[in-house]
This record gives sequence, C-alpha cells and structure tokens, in this order.
Amino acid sequence: MNEIIGYIFIVAGVVFDFFGCLGLVRFPDLYNRLQAATKCVTIGTCGIMFGVFIITGLSPSGIKALLIILFLILTAPTAAHALARGAHKSGVKLWEKSICDKYEEDAD
Amino acid sequence: MRFLRWLTGLIILAAILIWIFIHPFNFLVRCLYILLLCSFLCLFRILKGPTAADRAVSVDILGILIVGFCAILCLATGRPWYLDIGIAWALQSFIGVLALSKYLEGRSFDE
Amino acid sequence: MKTKIVLFIVAFIVWLGLTWSVELLSLIVGVGVAILVAFLTSDMFTPLRNKTGFVSKVPEFKQPVRYLWFLYYIPVFLWECLKANFDVAYRVGHPDLPINPGIVKVKTQLKTELALTFLANSITLTPGTLSVDVDKEKGYLYVHWINVKDKGVEGATRIVVEKFEKILRRIFE
Repeated sequence: MNEIIGYIFIVAGVVFDFFGCLGLVRFPDLYNRLQAATKCVTIGTCGIMFGVFIITGLSPSGIKALLIILFLILTAPTAAHALARGAHKSGVKLWEKSICDKYEEDAD
Repeated sequence: MRFLRWLTGLIILAAILIWIFIHPFNFLVRCLYILLLCSFLCLFRILKGPTAADRAVSVDILGILIVGFCAILCLATGRPWYLDIGIAWALQSFIGVLALSKYLEGRSFDE
Repeated sequence: MKTKIVLFIVAFIVWLGLTWSVELLSLIVGVGVAILVAFLTSDMFTPLRNKTGFVSKVPEFKQPVRYLWFLYYIPVFLWECLKANFDVAYRVGHPDLPINPGIVKVKTQLKTELALTFLANSITLTPGTLSVDVDKEKGYLYVHWINVKDKGVEGATRIVVEKFEKILRRIFE
C-alpha cells in the first residue's frame, strides 16, 4: 500500500518536471521561463522526494529525502530571485508585448 | 502558423512518450527516461539561449533535475548512497548559481 | 555565546539525521564538526551594527501563538503552490500561450529581514508571480507577474501580497 501511494507521488512529480522543462523551451523571454521552470521543477522534485520518503519510511534514506525537501524549498526561490535581479541589471529586456516595467522606471 | 508549429511539436512529443511507454522495462526506468527527456530540453535551451542569463537559468534547472534523478536511481538500484550525491549536488548547485548571478550583475564575489 | 550553543545543538542534530548511527567514532567526529561549524559561522547570526548605527531587530520567539500561526501558514502555502503548478501547466500546454507579463510594484508593511525573506519566497512559489528586487527602506517589492490584472500599486498589493502578509505579520512581528 505504501509503495502505491509513493509511486503516485513520484508520477505527479515527474509530470510537473516535464511541464516545467517544456515551459523553459516554449516561453518567449527570460522572466517567464524562470517563473515556469522554478515553480514546476521545484515542486516536482519535492514530490519525487516525498514519494521516496513514503516508500522507504523512517530510515536514513527517508530522513535524507525530507532534508532535501526542506533545503530545496528554502533555496530554489532564492536562486531564482538572484538570477532575475542579476539578469535585469545586466540589461536583459522584457518581452516586447509586456504591459509595464516599473523596475526600469524606478532604476534611475 | 503558430498553431501548426504547436501541432508539430505535440506530435513529436507524443511519439517520444509512446515510444518510452511501449518499452518492456519496469516503472522506475520509464520515469528515468522522462527525466532524461527533460534534461535534453534544458540542454536545447543552453544551446539556443540568446543571452548568458538564459544559459544560467537552464543550468540552475538542470541542477534541480539531477537531484530528482538521483532519488529515482536510489529506488531503482536499491543503493542508498545516491541520496548523499543528491544532497551534495543541491548544495553545490545553489552556491554555483549564486556566483553566476553575482557575475551577471557585474559585482565581485566577496560582497 | 548563546548563539554558539544553539548552533552547536542544531548542527549536531543535522549530523545525527544524516549519519543515523550511534557508534562511538561517528559521535566523536560529529561533536568535533559541530563545534567547528558553531565557531566558524556564529557571527553571521548575531545582530550586527551597520554603518548608520541601526541595530536590526531580532523578533521574540517565546510566545507559543507564533508557532500556531506558523502551523496554519504551512497548509495555506502548500495549497497555493499546488494551484501555481496547475496554472503554469495550463499556460504551457495552451497553443496560443495566454500570457500577459509585466513588472509591477507592490507595497509591504513588514520590516524585519526574516519576514521579508519569507514573503519573497512565498511570492515566488505562488501563482504567476516572481519577486525581482526589494527596496528595504521604503518597503517596496518589485514583482514580475505573468498575467497583469492591475498596474497600480494599491490594486497589485491587494491581489498579490495581502493574503500572506496578514499571516506573516502575526508570525514575525
């Protein structure tokens, strides 16, 4: 029974990973790609890790999987935030059909 | 025109997925194949990305994907030390991406 | 000294979780590594006095109400994450790419650094938004929004920030 629930979590995680990487290819500019990829791939990998935790139970592997979940949820948004700020300061423009860019207006 | 391009890509992806699912392997190996396909999509963006920042984003995503890859390998082969590789890779990838973003911003590393 | 002892205990617990053995040798090595980590990194966690003489405020963590609000915050956050994933999957799979992006400015009431970090991380993992930069003095956040519904400051604040800010203010301030 535990194995079936764990496999369901793993399949959900792999499907979310796939959608995230598809967004990385399809979206037109850097910020949209960063949004799709960061959200989907982080939660997808956390789903895979939760599946591993359910299958192995409270063993060394399970504790390590929980530690990886905590670490990924804390660090992946920080990395995305740093990359977006660095890209904007290095002069990457938004998509040409964007609505507004308040950060560009306030930069001077 | 855009719809035609979308349809072509959909057909190619569906062909790859069906090819993965008719192979007579077990369940976890199929998951590994799909993650491998995701890694190839990341590599495509690294090849094509117009600016350096796009490539940095792809490297970040590839690092997180490899952590998931290690977890499924741990289940498929039954060797628990693959999860240690996952922890080390997650730490190292995060620090590497922070260094890349500082470089993009044009600052030195010790700020 | 107090931060060093707390850091030592936390590092030793993480070591026990990672090795998961109670042999004498691994325990001795763990104590050594935990002492090393506590002495090397303790000055990162003490409140520093910066150039203008401003001491950053450390929140009080002794009231149990804060932990209850934190327990309430976790399911809210996970539910928003799940909604964000389905939203992104819908936008990626649609043939016409229904996106409408832009960077908007929102205002926040939170002051401490820990609360601002949690707010920025929550904004990044929830539907359609990604925090780009923080203006700490004036209390502004710049947010990239994949489907802009309101360009003004007040409207964007009401939609993006408010549901987390109410809970985070009770936890950290």
